[in-house]
Amino acid sequence: MTTAANTQPPARRRDDARDDVVLEARDVTKHFEVRSKQGTRVVRAVEGVDLQLHRGEIVAMVGESGSGKTTVARMLSLYYPVTSGEILLQGRPVKSVWGKAAKDYYAQVQLLFQDPFASLNSLKSIRHILGRAVKIHQPRLGKREVEQKVLGLLEKVALLPAEQYIDKFPHELSGGQRQRIVIARALAVEPQVMLGDEPISMLDVSIRLDVLNLLTRLRDEDGVALLYITHDIASARYIADRINVMYAGEMVEGGPSESVIHTPQHPYTRLLLDSSPNPDRGIESDQGSLFDEVGDLGEPPSLIEPPRGCRFNPRCPFAMEICTTDKPERTEVSPGHWARCHLHTVGGAEQLRAERIQFGVPVEQVEAELAAVTGDDEPHADVETSTVALESQTTDRIGGPQP
Amino acid sequence: MFEGFLRNRRVQTGLAIFGFFVFVAVFGDLLLKLVGFGPLDVDYDALHTPPGHGGHLLGTTISGQDVLAQLISGARGSMAVGTLSALLAIGLGALIGVSSGFFGGIYDTIMNGITNVFMTMPSFALTLIAAGYISAAGGPGSNAMGWALMAFLIGIFEWPGMARYLRAQTLTLRGRDWAMATKLLGESRWRMVFSEVFPHLLGIVSATFLRAIMAGILAEAGLNFLGVSTGGVISWGTMITNAQTQGALTLGWWWWFITPGLAIAFIGTAAALVNFGLDEVTNPKLRTGNTRAVNKFNKAQRKAAAVAD
Repeated sequence: MTTAANTQPPARRRDDARDDVVLEARDVTKHFEVRSKQGTRVVRAVEGVDLQLHRGEIVAMVGESGSGKTTVARMLSLYYPVTSGEILLQGRPVKSVWGKAAKDYYAQVQLLFQDPFASLNSLKSIRHILGRAVKIHQPRLGKREVEQKVLGLLEKVALLPAEQYIDKFPHELSGGQRQRIVIARALAVEPQVMLGDEPISMLDVSIRLDVLNLLTRLRDEDGVALLYITHDIASARYIADRINVMYAGEMVEGGPSESVIHTPQHPYTRLLLDSSPNPDRGIESDQGSLFDEVGDLGEPPSLIEPPRGCRFNPRCPFAMEICTTDKPERTEVSPGHWARCHLHTVGGAEQLRAERIQFGVPVEQVEAELAAVTGDDEPHADVETSTVALESQTTDRIGGPQP
Repeated sequence: MFEGFLRNRRVQTGLAIFGFFVFVAVFGDLLLKLVGFGPLDVDYDALHTPPGHGGHLLGTTISGQDVLAQLISGARGSMAVGTLSALLAIGLGALIGVSSGFFGGIYDTIMNGITNVFMTMPSFALTLIAAGYISAAGGPGSNAMGWALMAFLIGIFEWPGMARYLRAQTLTLRGRDWAMATKLLGESRWRMVFSEVFPHLLGIVSATFLRAIMAGILAEAGLNFLGVSTGGVISWGTMITNAQTQGALTLGWWWWFITPGLAIAFIGTAAALVNFGLDEVTNPKLRTGNTRAVNKFNKAQRKAAAVAD
């Protein structure tokens, strides 16, 4: 499964960053047991995910809510133990979650949290929050040296003047400032890898770009590898060197950002791209039709009983016989760009490049079905006339309009 | 995080009251010499006299014993039993509650089971039986035991409620993002519990501690009332009990029972005042600036407004 050698250096990565993998997930799977009246059931949250993070590279992971993105991040940060598969740091498998081994791991891997209002201890000053992070991994530093480090961190995340922020408490800071503190805390241990679990989704739109630029600066200046988890494919395109797409706990496509955005090789990626707002489309066609052409797009499948074969098959406009029986293998489409879709093995991938793809159930069909249910032969093509007709009928029965 | 805690006006007042009673408890013997009467000395010339008569500053009891002297010597028994039993209860409650909430798993199941068993026990009756048994074992005719043992017996039955409280609170704190963040920094478990999570519990701990001190003092009084005494030692509890049994309430000898009652109430107040201060520690948002500076600022602002008019 793992075609590790296929990762060509993406276009935007720095030249001096060699192909050294810092953190790697090999075929990791996470099942949660849910106990209910019906007995124990298993939620297959993440299934067989391979992921590699290279030095000085930002890898985005996109997918809708519940697709397992956060679970992957939490497994990579050892917060959830993996059900199967393994996590390798600098090529060495990681086992223990407590004690010195864990501490050594966290000296290199840090998690950025989604909610800056929940991820800082409200009782502690910034000095303590950042100072502890420094002190845990450099216990020999004196009080003054720690303070110098903390001030340096605040400057790095552009909270200036740093002296004004060091003695503040989290409730005295805004969301954007708090998220900078969260980033500074992760940076305090001087990590090789940062795992960003939707780090900008709770922030005000106006400061998102600042934080994204800060993250890219960290990549370029310090060579930090970043896993950027998001459901916003536009920001992934802005920041990431590579994009991986997750659907229902599985990785369905991955490759260099531009390649994934311009030539999506999986129908789900195409659906994600089509559903992100695109100003150009609004100009070409009138506003109303944009939404008219979208029918019922379906929902992500249950992870307790996922569909057989390809998990996307119930929603896929190109679903074939084989999609409901066999799990598609990973196919490399162009250098570094792969997808798991039978269109690439059976043939018919050119359909993915069509101008317009009808996802889900078309509007006409939905209307026809509605008409069938209400017992009306005529489709609701002309709603206005039919209501007028109805009105005239009732007025007839009553005996015409009153003078 | 405790900076400014001691500068808080309310904390200062509370600690001053508490310190006063501790001082009385510790130096009781010296103070008694100043008073001039022993707590059990009988003054036949002054039976149940109101305060101020015959050199008795706070009056006398029905048998002519000086109330002030009893109050001073009672401070030791009551404070010691109350504080010690509360410390024991809060110590056990915090240790078991916080640890089982934090570590979870089988440990939690076992500890929770023990807590539940202790909770359903009729604690006061058991304390009474155990106390009676132990004091009877002291020898024929002796129904006395040390106040430390008394405090132990009271405290050992008082912790389960606190343990449940703290366990529930720890469970919610453990799952917060910031707790996860601390773990993911590589922080040790001990520091995580004591430095990061425990401060959030301080509000509950201090409030229950206050309640436990009061409960300890009252339980001691209750045990005395039921005949299990701490070896002839006078406490505020025995004073109130004696006052009640000897008709001070109906005969209007208010100085006999109001003074120990007030003393207990003062300790409660002191604990409450310290509690307010702890609240500000556990919730930084309550922290106000230096009141004097704020007043000065407000005054200046008003003056500026007046000038502008």
